[in-house]
Amino acid sequence: MIEIAKQIEARFLELGVKVETSEINTMLDQLINKFKVPPEEARRNVTNHFLKKYNIPKTEFFTQRETPQVKASDIKEDGKWVTLRCKVVQLWETNHESLSQTGLLGDESGTVAFKKWTKANLPQVEEGKSYIFKNVATSEWQGRFSISLNKTTEIIPIPEDIKVGNTLVEFQGAIVDIQSGSGLIKRCPECKRALIKGACGEHGKVDGIYDLRVKAVMDNGEKVQDILMNREVTEAFTGIILDKAKEMATEALDQAVVLDVIKSKLVGRYYVVTGTKLDRFILVNSIKQDVKPIEEDIKRVLAATAAPVALEA
Amino acid sequence: MAENGSGFVREIAHRVFAAELKESNLQAKEGQDQYSPQYLITPTGAKANRVFIVGTLTEKEDIGTDSEFWRGRIVDPTGAFFVSAGQYQPEAAQVLAKSAPPEFIAVIGKPTTFTTKEGNVLVSIRAESMHVVDGATRDRWVVETADLTTKRLVKLQGNEPDAVKAREHYSTNVEQYKAMVAMALGSMRAR
Repeated sequence: MIEIAKQIEARFLELGVKVETSEINTMLDQLINKFKVPPEEARRNVTNHFLKKYNIPKTEFFTQRETPQVKASDIKEDGKWVTLRCKVVQLWETNHESLSQTGLLGDESGTVAFKKWTKANLPQVEEGKSYIFKNVATSEWQGRFSISLNKTTEIIPIPEDIKVGNTLVEFQGAIVDIQSGSGLIKRCPECKRALIKGACGEHGKVDGIYDLRVKAVMDNGEKVQDILMNREVTEAFTGIILDKAKEMATEALDQAVVLDVIKSKLVGRYYVVTGTKLDRFILVNSIKQDVKPIEEDIKRVLAATAAPVALEA
Repeated sequence: MAENGSGFVREIAHRVFAAELKESNLQAKEGQDQYSPQYLITPTGAKANRVFIVGTLTEKEDIGTDSEFWRGRIVDPTGAFFVSAGQYQPEAAQVLAKSAPPEFIAVIGKPTTFTTKEGNVLVSIRAESMHVVDGATRDRWVVETADLTTKRLVKLQGNEPDAVKAREHYSTNVEQYKAMVAMALGSMRAR
């Protein structure tokens, strides 16, 4: 409690206001010991009380504190205040007027999604430019992290080009499923989203643009991994180029034939993929049939079966 | 494990040899809901809701009366799997219908058990998808399955709940399964 009182006093002193220590102590004591308020809540209450008393705007009180600078991949906790040095990798369309911009930020360590509130009145950021984002809040939703830029945030453009790290990951296993929405699909010309039954979730019925992609599930018997192949990778790997796929679809009067062909080519076989991690997916850069000689593995496993099984318990 | 936002986690396709699957008869269910997944715990402690097998399709037969219902026998180095595909697995059924045994085939499916009048428990695999593959894929599967089975045998000595359940239910003879693995691998070298 004394610690909290000291912190509050010091903080107000920085703003040029001398608050009586005894006054803080009395208030804290009353809240914490008499009214059983949790210490953090008491701190908030006391701080607000003095802010009002001395007429200090809340924004001024809270912004000036330096938040620790972190890397994008270090964001692993909800509700933290941090500073990031990032490049704007991608801007997405915002789906609500309360958000002025949304997109993806990246630094050497990886990427993180961001949202910028309209109410924050911040300058617009540009795709491909790098900035220091001071005072952003982290948030978590179903295991995924993002940051939000609010009215206490400061955006400082920096003249360098931050290299966005894409730590490559590799996965070996068998493809056990190709998911619907793979093969020849149509995308909304405006937002590039895949159409479902000719309609975009955002823009309704539109004339779609054809595209090829594969969403597949790989499995090595111990772990399941979703993978995503874009048009280039799909074309190179399946040997079906977009025009050919369109031809096949026209001939059969059915878009699904392409998916069937891809399925029969890929499912049940072993592959090695490398790519970048994106949510639960690996965005595939390269995919090869697993042709590593198996002789080595045979020796290794045979040796393991010959040895007595170690007792763990 | 892969989490996709809705809280749904895709079940891993376990690799199990035919000889082991044949011996499996311990059902487990997680949660009380009628839609909670069913698992089959195998003697080496694989808790399988889905399996991935590759072997040689040696026989096939349409045993359906009204609609097509295909059954196939798929052989690996340790024995045979029974695989079925009916009207609710149209893609797999089509592959089976078109295939010309003997042929290498990969199956992803759900293990199901069936109790005969005599009280014997038969395990068959209801195919989700089925694809004709090459010999190299089949060889890789045998090695991978051997590897994973060996890993499970090590885990079986431990205290993980599935291992304990398997051990208590089957009193698994570890040596016997080690011999099975060695035999499967040995069969690859002879050729």
